[in-house]
Amino acid sequence: MYDKNKIVAGLVIFIAIVTFPFWYNLGNASSAPEPKLSEKAKVAKECVMPKESIKSEHMQVLDLWRDTVVRDANRIYKSGSGKTFNMSLSTGEESCMGCHESKAEFCDKCHNYASVNPYCWDCHIAPKEKPKENK
Amino acid sequence: MLELALKGDKKYWGWIIALLAFIGVGFAVYLKQLDFGLGITGMSRDVSWGFYIAQFTFLVGVAAGGVMVVLPKYLHDYKAFGKITILGEFLAIAAVTMCLLFIIADLGQPMRAFNVILYPTPGSVLFWDMIVLNGYLFLNIVIGWNVLEAERNNIHYPKWVKPLIFTSIVWAPAIHTVTAFLYCGLPGRGFWLTAILAPRFLASAFAAGPALLILLCLIIRKVTKFDPGKEQIQSLAKIVTYAIILNMFFFLCEVFVVFYSRIPSHMSHLQYLFFGLHGHGALVPWMWTAMIFMGTSIVLLVIPATRKHEGVLAFSCVILFIGAWIDKGLGMISGGFVPNPLHHVTEYVPTIPEILITLGIYAIGLLVLTILFKVAVNVKEEVGGLKDSCESC
Amino acid sequence: MENSRRSFLKVAGITALGVGTKPVLNVFASSGGHVEEPKPEVSKNEKALTAKKWGMVIDTRKFHSAEDLEPIIDACHKIHNIPELPEPRHKIMWLWEDEYKHVFTHREHELVNDRIKHLPFLVLCNHCEKPACVRACPTKATFKRDDGIVLMDFHRCIGCRFCMAACPYGSRSFNFRDPRPFIKEENKEFPTRMKGVVEKCNFCAERLAVGKLPACVEASNGAITVGDLDDPESEVRELLRTNYTIRRKPDLGAGPSVYYIV
Repeated sequence: MYDKNKIVAGLVIFIAIVTFPFWYNLGNASSAPEPKLSEKAKVAKECVMPKESIKSEHMQVLDLWRDTVVRDANRIYKSGSGKTFNMSLSTGEESCMGCHESKAEFCDKCHNYASVNPYCWDCHIAPKEKPKENK
Repeated sequence: MLELALKGDKKYWGWIIALLAFIGVGFAVYLKQLDFGLGITGMSRDVSWGFYIAQFTFLVGVAAGGVMVVLPKYLHDYKAFGKITILGEFLAIAAVTMCLLFIIADLGQPMRAFNVILYPTPGSVLFWDMIVLNGYLFLNIVIGWNVLEAERNNIHYPKWVKPLIFTSIVWAPAIHTVTAFLYCGLPGRGFWLTAILAPRFLASAFAAGPALLILLCLIIRKVTKFDPGKEQIQSLAKIVTYAIILNMFFFLCEVFVVFYSRIPSHMSHLQYLFFGLHGHGALVPWMWTAMIFMGTSIVLLVIPATRKHEGVLAFSCVILFIGAWIDKGLGMISGGFVPNPLHHVTEYVPTIPEILITLGIYAIGLLVLTILFKVAVNVKEEVGGLKDSCESC
Repeated sequence: MENSRRSFLKVAGITALGVGTKPVLNVFASSGGHVEEPKPEVSKNEKALTAKKWGMVIDTRKFHSAEDLEPIIDACHKIHNIPELPEPRHKIMWLWEDEYKHVFTHREHELVNDRIKHLPFLVLCNHCEKPACVRACPTKATFKRDDGIVLMDFHRCIGCRFCMAACPYGSRSFNFRDPRPFIKEENKEFPTRMKGVVEKCNFCAERLAVGKLPACVEASNGAITVGDLDDPESEVRELLRTNYTIRRKPDLGAGPSVYYIV
């Protein structure tokens, strides 16, 4: 085999770079955060879908909603249990953020952990964060 | 075969490094554009397409021009061109690559470019432009590579390539026709709203593309052991001559219709380009330069004595290419936007970042072209001894 | 970094599309499924203002100077979070004013009467019957709704600006940079835009949906009227019947839905 040493050295460097994220974060693992529900959301008890479905499918729901609202002009959503919602991320009392009042506590907690940065907030205006109460 | 591009002398590598430097600068400025938005360009609400789209339009022409060596070889069995068809095909690859990059550079949200495929819209000409450009790129890569590889191995190229070659001959005018349709189907843009636009585009393409090929052939002859051939260059020169005359003729048809009918919404754009409008005339010297260059090249190309003199021919090709570039790469797009639909005059001048990104993309195109031509020429040099037997393919 | 993540999400989203959206689509499907739990439904607001074909009549006789138009333009630009950008070439306008000779380029003549010559006219998207912008758009990001309103889907726009070249009325603006820092007062009830997308008048679709008239109509003291062009009994039809009206560039055949009483 020609250039055996070069190839082996190259392979070692390659593997080191590829596995960088794993050994860099070694020992730093933190548990997945839970989004914190606002008082309003706790009182409301139910959302547009069961909690588990929301957890796994909220991106698709939002994607579908935006098409429904913008393109079909249907803005009212009646859930399985008969409750109605305003199909909007950030406008009005019955929108997502109307109930989940804090982007930092509700959205960002998981998004930051999962290192995703959806561009919702480039356009949609997030509700003002209330100053944190000292407990 | 690609390994042939890895062996070169100092000059070759110097050239490659210079190109990479331009690419690096262009890419850095592009990152800035991604971050800030297209506001770093000179484009405006009124002139909403600028340098990028103009270069794209011009280069679609250069790409389509490659067919002018392929067509005589395969449809008319003009054997002399067998030697240089590969150059035409590889030039097309480089040009289409640049076209696609210019479109990406021009998008406000390039991350969403795939929406064109996710939500296909056959009613939009841009959708078809995406299809024809990518198709043409694919065709030329497959054809060029297979034919060259066969030549290297001294065998006939595979049978299935032939239908692809015929497809590409039809496909080449299609890419430029579709590109013209981007503009000429728009209501309220009098400059482009003319049925002669696609023929004009094609004529200028079949002049500028082969003119560039002539220059490339002359360079190749100088820097390599491969000679594209005197006859080949002269035949190309004749194609260029007829094409540039047609281009001029089509343009004059347009000038007649516009100025004899005197419909302001059609006339004001040509007025702006050639005489200035309401005190704005940034492009006036450029447009006249283009006319003088193209006109002079016609004279020099038509006269056999000057055409046959390769030095003069090279000069003619240079000024023709510059003239056609000004005509399409500067005037054609911003001329259509000035004055705007409300007859206001907002002028467009590209900014430095915009020009740097443009140069970066041109450098990528030249890099692709250099590598492909290097491979092609090396293969030609390898089989040099068998030069004549190649004509049987 | 942010951008590469975005593109990754995009790709991930595309891959997930086949599998991921299935359950959601099931949720939306109207037929079949369990008996106990009724399926979720989507609908329009009961209060929503609707029409078969929306149209607008602007009575220019009620305007005398640019000051009369200012509050109307302000109302529109304020509620839609239109930025005020420092560079004139980056300007964004949904509703603006211009002179007769620029607005009605095909009708302009030197000897037009003094009132018209100096009167500022309101200019906005014409919500054409056969919109050239919709034809041009390669992603259906701009589209015509069944009720005639031509809308933008800012989520989908790739910023190619083909629609801007296609529009014969110069009604479209492009976000050459992030508009956020240049919005004086943000209206939380309407999103802003991001850099790189095209925008224009949306006939206040978000207001019609909750039973409110467009902002310009509200601010115009009766000079602007909107209604159903397909309903002979509507107020706009009454205005069109009893007044001579003109449209911008009707010869192009786009069929503008904005009429001017002059």
